[in-house]
Amino acid sequence: MMAGFYVVISRSNLVKKVIGLNIFQISVFLLYITMGKVRGGTAPILPEDVKYYQNGQPIPPEGFDGWSNPLPSVLILTAIVVGVATTALALALIIRIREAYGTIEEDEILERDLET
Amino acid sequence: MEQHLPVLQIIVPLIAAPLCLLIRQRTLVFTLALSVCWATFAMAVMLLIRVVFSDTGAPGSPVGTVIIYQLGGWVAPWGIEYRIDALSVFLLVIVSGIGAAVLSYAPLSISHEIERDQHYLFYTAYLLCLTGQLGVVITGDLFNLFVFLEISALSSYALIALGAKQSRKALTAAFQYLVMGTIGATFILIAIGLMYQMTGTLNMADMASRLNTFSGPRTVLVAFAFLTVGTSLKMALFPLHAWLPGAYTFAPSVVTSFLAATATKVSVYILLRMIFTIFKPAFAFEFLPLDVGLMVLALVGIFVASTVAIFQTNIKRMLAYSSVAQIGYMVLGISFASVTGLTAGIVHLMNHALIKGGLFMAMGCIALRVGSVDIDAMRGIGRRMPVTTFAWVLGGLGLIGVPLSAGFISKWYLLNAALEKGWWPVAALVLASSLLALVYVWRVVEVAYFQSPLEQHSEVTEAPLVMLIPTYMIIGATLYFGLWTSFSVGVARQAAEVLLGVTP
Repeated sequence: MMAGFYVVISRSNLVKKVIGLNIFQISVFLLYITMGKVRGGTAPILPEDVKYYQNGQPIPPEGFDGWSNPLPSVLILTAIVVGVATTALALALIIRIREAYGTIEEDEILERDLET
Repeated sequence: MEQHLPVLQIIVPLIAAPLCLLIRQRTLVFTLALSVCWATFAMAVMLLIRVVFSDTGAPGSPVGTVIIYQLGGWVAPWGIEYRIDALSVFLLVIVSGIGAAVLSYAPLSISHEIERDQHYLFYTAYLLCLTGQLGVVITGDLFNLFVFLEISALSSYALIALGAKQSRKALTAAFQYLVMGTIGATFILIAIGLMYQMTGTLNMADMASRLNTFSGPRTVLVAFAFLTVGTSLKMALFPLHAWLPGAYTFAPSVVTSFLAATATKVSVYILLRMIFTIFKPAFAFEFLPLDVGLMVLALVGIFVASTVAIFQTNIKRMLAYSSVAQIGYMVLGISFASVTGLTAGIVHLMNHALIKGGLFMAMGCIALRVGSVDIDAMRGIGRRMPVTTFAWVLGGLGLIGVPLSAGFISKWYLLNAALEKGWWPVAALVLASSLLALVYVWRVVEVAYFQSPLEQHSEVTEAPLVMLIPTYMIIGATLYFGLWTSFSVGVARQAAEVLLGVTP
């Protein structure tokens, strides 16, 4: 996370900034994914021949003690979509910036703005 | 029909947005977007009546009712619920009202400032932005809040970039906003994740009852820190305001009017929700010194941003810096953590939304006729376009906080809140900061009225009525709420009481 954050702050190349932003976001996605894992748990998909405990809870397959939490993965699916949209928009902006300024280096853009 | 109002509020603009993309024809798209905006406003008002003015509760129960809507019939905390209390409905009315008024004014302004073949894209992004902001305010689910926040943020980056026809700096400003905004949103996402880890729920009300803020592990502290920094970035609290001046300066006038009036307010709403509904003031203000932190940042922000505003030659940039200062007043109100202080903060949400929206709309009229927003171009403009300039002056007076204007009401309650606690220095600073506002508003007034008009502006005439009427609607509202405060202050106080859990 910090690596991505550092890249965003330190690089002046706009594409590299976007890459940093991606690393930053993806590390947060991983934080969510790790959260959903239950030790000894398997994917929460009921096999066809599933048996149930007396209280109505499904018995996990052999070799597993329980089920992992699917919710964080689902949330992150949405967050990934948001991340992709952000990246796409950022890259589109970079293309427009490149057309308008002829460069994607932040310091050169600043120079060109000062010239005019 | 009526019980589905909360979800219609979101779904109508959400469906209209892609429709605009498909229709493409300029007038049709505008008609659709305009009717949708006014429809959302009407729905917000209906919700307001049901929440604030219904007397279904037993006497002595907390004021107003809370409307809870379960999406798809799934009971919270498993399903997503929309939860509308006095604060949400207040924000709903502000956002949808400003959204409708600004859009009524849009077509002429954008025909000059945005490429013709991009107009339908403008309406699409505008409706999406509106949807996102309404969604943030209405939802009772934390992850849903993040998604809506990103919908509104992504569409506002696109809206700002539409200013590229006028100045290429709009592109870099939009990019900078995108980077900062995404960092802010990701911080909020981290916080939501950590809070989910601690409680196993994403429903705000459920989380509030489960979050062990005092004796729990440090994760809660970390989550709170990320959340505060993330929302502060989004609402441009000093010193995290770097994205705001550029974005507001180079965006098209219509976009600036809309974003300046609503975007930062919605982020203030998130901060209010987090501090008061989820983490509770006892944790934020007594266990942690967030009140002192916010107060210092707010006061420093008010003074620094107002001072910087004085030296701007671009009026839009000047107003943008003034926005940073005004956010300071709202946060100052929050930092008092008393009913009066919160009332002041919440009422200023609305008053500033109207004042700044009106000012930027008047600026848009001037930009349309004069073709520039530089202070030099505004010489003698008061004689060429007296009606428009007068609207600007009325807005400016509100910004200073002159009696009979809406700004006065906010400052009055802020002062009351400071004196209630016996914090004389804070009250003095609030008064002193108004003088700074006086300076930057006066600069424009002086140039506009007391200098002779420029030669090349001899052809400049009054802005067209279709733009003046919405501008005066908003400016008129600031005067109205300066005189008749029972609605604005009444609802704000109700919201403050709900947040603090006080029964009157």
